[in-house]
Amino acid sequence: MTAPALDALDALESESIHIFREVAGEFDRPVILFSGGKDSTLLVHLAVKAFAPAPVPFPLLHVDTGHNFDEVIDFRDSLVERLGLRLEVAKVQDYIDDGRLVERADGTRNPLQTQPLLDAIVESRFDAVFGGGRRDEERARAKERILSLRDAFGRWDPRKQRPELWNLYNGRHAPGEHVRVFPISNWTELDVWRYIQRENIELPTIYYAHEREVYKRDGMWLAEGPWGGPRGTEQLEQLSVRYRTVGDGSCTGAVQSTATTLDEIIAEVTASRLTERGATRADDRMSEAAMEDRKREGYF
Amino acid sequence: MTRDLLRFATAGSVDDGKSTLVGRLLYDTKSVLADQIEAVQRASVDKGLSTPDLSLLVDGLRAEREQGITIDVAYRYFGTPTREFVLADTPGHVQYTRNTVTGASTAELAVLLVDARNGIVEQTRRHATVLALLRVPRLVLAINKIDLVGYDEAVLTAIAKDFAGLARSLGFPDEAVQTIPVSALVGDNVVERSAHTPWYDGPTLLGHLESVPVVGPEVAKPFRMPVQYVIRPRTEALHDYRGYAGQVASGSVRPGDTVVVLPEGRRTTVTRVDTADGPLDAATAGRSVTILLADDIDISRGDMIVAADAEPRVTSVIDATLCWLAEKPLRAGARLLLKHGTRTTQVIVGAPECRIDTDTLTEVEAETLELNDIGRVTLRTADALPVDDYADVRATGSFLLIDPPTGNTLAAGLVGTPLALTPLTS
Repeated sequence: MTAPALDALDALESESIHIFREVAGEFDRPVILFSGGKDSTLLVHLAVKAFAPAPVPFPLLHVDTGHNFDEVIDFRDSLVERLGLRLEVAKVQDYIDDGRLVERADGTRNPLQTQPLLDAIVESRFDAVFGGGRRDEERARAKERILSLRDAFGRWDPRKQRPELWNLYNGRHAPGEHVRVFPISNWTELDVWRYIQRENIELPTIYYAHEREVYKRDGMWLAEGPWGGPRGTEQLEQLSVRYRTVGDGSCTGAVQSTATTLDEIIAEVTASRLTERGATRADDRMSEAAMEDRKREGYF
Repeated sequence: MTRDLLRFATAGSVDDGKSTLVGRLLYDTKSVLADQIEAVQRASVDKGLSTPDLSLLVDGLRAEREQGITIDVAYRYFGTPTREFVLADTPGHVQYTRNTVTGASTAELAVLLVDARNGIVEQTRRHATVLALLRVPRLVLAINKIDLVGYDEAVLTAIAKDFAGLARSLGFPDEAVQTIPVSALVGDNVVERSAHTPWYDGPTLLGHLESVPVVGPEVAKPFRMPVQYVIRPRTEALHDYRGYAGQVASGSVRPGDTVVVLPEGRRTTVTRVDTADGPLDAATAGRSVTILLADDIDISRGDMIVAADAEPRVTSVIDATLCWLAEKPLRAGARLLLKHGTRTTQVIVGAPECRIDTDTLTEVEAETLELNDIGRVTLRTADALPVDDYADVRATGSFLLIDPPTGNTLAAGLVGTPLALTPLTS
């Protein structure tokens, strides 16, 4: 027998493909959450590989905060068209316009995504919802199952998680409940970048270094946009930056960078002394358990 | 050079310092970044501690931090230039079987932690029994807090000798066990070799994790692949494409191999081992592929494609060992669901034949199985299943028992008697 062990990226890819196929085999109406960010773009890439040469048997769902980077929306639309996928969009703005949600004092809309997400799940009767969450991102996520049950209110109860053994996933749920599925649970940020390089996966241009007018708030470089701009003594500066994560524009920070190629990005991520969330997400800094609290309420 | 992936688990009882050890591994491999360390330092100061509490890196849930204990399995990731690690960190007390079984089910190695001051305790025996039952191929006994016994070689020797007896009675070969004296708090022999243990000439914990062979025993086993999904593009160009998607569970498969499709038993030939990147010459255990066959056979999700020269047995009566994972105890005669490979079928569970007493490593009589119990039963399934003994092939010898009304996972099941016990002599 000359067969070598799979290398780390092959092993992770095969695990993710196995998860997509299990869910396709056992659920009636799965959907992939897709924001146009690198993790959800990776999810779509893996889904394509799982079912090739047949098409991906699920639609995509984007929970749109309304605070978008134009480059990301353009990328989202071109990817959906190229792959012939169906995209549903649930808009936070609609909820604010008709009063179902109220803009937060800090202008951040990431926490406002939960209700449109849960409504979209109920309306479209989605029973399995794929997300790009990774366990290395955050401590509460480290405790998350690959198939994770949500009750009829979309809530996560970390004390009532089912044990997850071998690669036998138990996705049984009652009507009205659904299951969140995290096919890239075991990938790290560096795995994601190495795989993007290996597979030559296209990403929104804002992941690569570019010139942008930004201002500093709470130690993060934020871009001006419809969500607001510099206040008080905050000053706009023209800098070479890139984004490590892509989320709501009001709370996603850029990092100063000159990395314009994947090699340079991988070198930068390897040398970074900050996690991607610590570097770029104001919403995760709110409290020690910010992510756990949002997840309990039904967040991604 | 390619980097491979080692999945391993840690187990230990309360206060053995397991979270600190895991924190130390992450910290010393520079897998913990500045913002995480700052958060830990802030929280440690808030708790009135003089040194950073590395366990706070690991205990992720609010309730865990409040109670100062680890409740649930946490997965951690770190890497070195040669290898990536997926660590299942399994807490020791409440629901210890549930957590240890979960972590061990995917592990190629387990690190079992003991306190140098206490040596082998009841929890150590229980954890070691579960690791043996789940057939984790390699064990590390990490003797922690070696600094608190004055780096005394005699302590290590005594504990190692005790443990060797336990490991042998659980069926671990001597070469599968490595004993390492460590101090997670100070960092002795975790990543850096300690200056305080000149009498120890073995590897550091990380050195050992980096050097153990990673190829799982599943690759050398006969070919098995549960069919997950049938891929039929139905386009003009691919009108006749009919592929059976699955992850190779054991062994390997190549075009030209003769295979049998179970449970029906039709024999055919593999014509192509396909992937999105094109066909492969061979695929081994762990690889997700799509198999095309020479004959037009009715195959669907739940079927299993296996090597024709080494078939599993197809049976609806299964002798099995159960690890009971739920508060709700086993009721003899219960009608449950059994998930094996990609098939879920109804099952009637017989009365327990025995329970394994993990303190004496003997079988004792049992009326029922309760949370954390390990016992033997006979199952009768509605559909015949292709099974191997768990001791032979992990993937086709394992199953879940599921409670139909709640959907909860009640038990982890292992076909046959994977634990070959030799009673402990005291």
